[in-house]
Amino acid sequence: MSDPKTMLRQRVDELLATYDPATVSATEFLGARFDAGLAWVHFPEGHGGLGLPQEYNEDVANWLAEAGAPEPDRSRNGIGLGMVAPTIMAIGTKEQQEKYLRPLYTCEEIWCQLFSEPGAGSDLAAVATKAVLSGDTWTVDGQKVWTSGAHHAKRAILVARTDIEVPKHAGMTYFLVDMEDPGIEVRPLRQITGEAEFNEVFLNGVKIPDADRVGETGEGWKVATTTLNNERVAIGSGADREAGHIGVLAEKWRKYPAIRSEAAYHELMHWWIEAEVTRLTGERLRQQLEVGQPGPEGSAMKLAFATQAQAITGLAIELDPDHGLLYDDWTMHRPDSTDFLGRDVGFRYLRAKGNSLEGGSSEILRNVVAERVLGLPAEQRLDKGIPFKDVPR
Amino acid sequence: MTNLLYTDIEDALRESVRGAMERHLDPHSTTGIYDEPKPWEAKAWQSLTEELGVAGLLVPEDRGGVGAGPREAAVVLEEIGRAVAPVPYLTSSVIATQVLLELGESEHIAALAAGEATAALVLPWSARPGHWSPVQGTEPVKPVAGAMGADLLLIPVAEAGGVQLHLVKAAETTVESLVSFDMTRPLAAVTPASGEVLATGDDAHRAVEAGLQAGAALLASEQYGLARSCLETTVDYVKNRIQFARPIGSFQAIKHRLADLYLEVTQAGAAARYAAATLADDDADKAVAISVAQTYCSDVAVHAAEEAVQLHGGNGMTWEYPVHLYLKRAKSSQLALGTPEKHRQDLGPLVNITT
Repeated sequence: MSDPKTMLRQRVDELLATYDPATVSATEFLGARFDAGLAWVHFPEGHGGLGLPQEYNEDVANWLAEAGAPEPDRSRNGIGLGMVAPTIMAIGTKEQQEKYLRPLYTCEEIWCQLFSEPGAGSDLAAVATKAVLSGDTWTVDGQKVWTSGAHHAKRAILVARTDIEVPKHAGMTYFLVDMEDPGIEVRPLRQITGEAEFNEVFLNGVKIPDADRVGETGEGWKVATTTLNNERVAIGSGADREAGHIGVLAEKWRKYPAIRSEAAYHELMHWWIEAEVTRLTGERLRQQLEVGQPGPEGSAMKLAFATQAQAITGLAIELDPDHGLLYDDWTMHRPDSTDFLGRDVGFRYLRAKGNSLEGGSSEILRNVVAERVLGLPAEQRLDKGIPFKDVPR
Repeated sequence: MTNLLYTDIEDALRESVRGAMERHLDPHSTTGIYDEPKPWEAKAWQSLTEELGVAGLLVPEDRGGVGAGPREAAVVLEEIGRAVAPVPYLTSSVIATQVLLELGESEHIAALAAGEATAALVLPWSARPGHWSPVQGTEPVKPVAGAMGADLLLIPVAEAGGVQLHLVKAAETTVESLVSFDMTRPLAAVTPASGEVLATGDDAHRAVEAGLQAGAALLASEQYGLARSCLETTVDYVKNRIQFARPIGSFQAIKHRLADLYLEVTQAGAAARYAAATLADDDADKAVAISVAQTYCSDVAVHAAEEAVQLHGGNGMTWEYPVHLYLKRAKSSQLALGTPEKHRQDLGPLVNITT
């Protein structure tokens, strides 16, 4: 057998020859790419991969990009691609892998995440949404909140309480849910930007076949942790210089001499350097992953992204006061995708406030870094070792 | 993009240097330098030059060196920063060596590479690439780093056509020690003198510039090593210091500060590595990388040392605990080879951002 790179190149060429990206639809192309094992080459054969080392994904992506081939839309199906797929691959059953991975990859099925609840934000292990098994069907009742994209999702991952007699971390189970179940009601939750990326989701007697449980009953915390770790790694690395908010602001600075001042220059350069240094850190992390030595800096880097996004968009508003006093559009929309950079400065400033909350608040991430990376002692807590039903809530 | 990881050879080099620093330095004798000044710790310096031969890392083999480069020298400097080692590696083995390398000089450079002599570039320690003036008149130049105890002084002197670079033997002029904020890299006032003219005009200018660039690029690695050491020492301290019947490291007020510091130190490592790598590759992005690394790593080193003092509590304030050595080196290094503010000023035009 020839070396993997030659073999992959051949497969890519065959794929492009049979499915011309210029004429076939994105869905059809991505399906064919999945079937050819070129979706994520580190997955096993038959599940969109070829069982090769992860580093070859970059080659495949580069060759396909050169040919103008479509990529799955991460801005619409980020949760599916970044979190659900690796979780199903790592822990899911064969049937789940066969049924869900392909339509997830082609983005025919968009996924959302039913984790947070009004009483379980940072403290995810406090979820109270209840799932009860009867025969081989679970019935779920409860309420989820801050659910991005629930309004166009076909499926969801769900963490629910299946045992209140045991300590909180031991009594949760992880499920795959059909969002078209009649017991699911999705209501938009308008946010400070004026639009509603996220939703409240009410679950009333939702039915889930036991075949759609991921991992063992009671092991939901472990499965959810796999998913969340994937979320943090999925948040950007290997970007170009001036990608992100700093690029938008630097461009504006170059274009409009009127906004420049000596004091603002030093502040702009301060954040330019912060962004550049974070970019270099991401690049180094990517190089470590490539040689199979992932570093622990992923969770810390999300802190940097959030701080920078908030500071840079704030500065951008101040630099052009007459423009910063305006806002592009307060109309309530329910967008299909998330784009941190897509709109005007006021929107970007407000949307960036979410960067230190979504995917683990900055405060929780600091705990994670301190305890898991630096090895500092855990916080003393009041909810360890007692049954969930007795935990103060 | 250029490789930002360490090679196996570099890991082995790090281990040797760390071992040597641990064998030959201890914080109490380093602190002693503040009461009884000396140019460097002889045993530590001997170990680096004679046993490990790292003074010749930047010098090609055919000129008496090891034929490695800035990436490897950066690793040595990380360990020097980690130990706040009082050794003239940055001033002699990097800056002065790079000046001579640029000139194609081979007699003295072999002596520097072998550790048989040390040299210093005679400019104020705050001089930075692109912004320095040759020495004018007869007034002593100060504060100069690495000149105390050096055998050879490289003095860029102003002349009609620009710069003339003189090589002066230390015995032929006056080097007066100054009471320095960081006595582990003691500063001096050097009286200008004439000596052998190594180069004039553009050649001389280019050589000095190359020395300062190498110094600024690699100082970042020393600062990173220092910052990392402060983080590790402090994490260790707060794990073991018990107050209110629990380790103080279990309090979020402390955890969050250290998590933030971890992020800064990690990023400083990437910035310093990128500067060393672009210097090694003579990359077109070198000047940007140096200014970014100098701005960022200077401030992170100071912040790490300041956090170390604060989180060591009353102990951090004592002469007994070595934390103050780190603070003094960090604050002094922040000013060396250009302050963060100056480097920010230099960086803007390089990336097309101007006032």
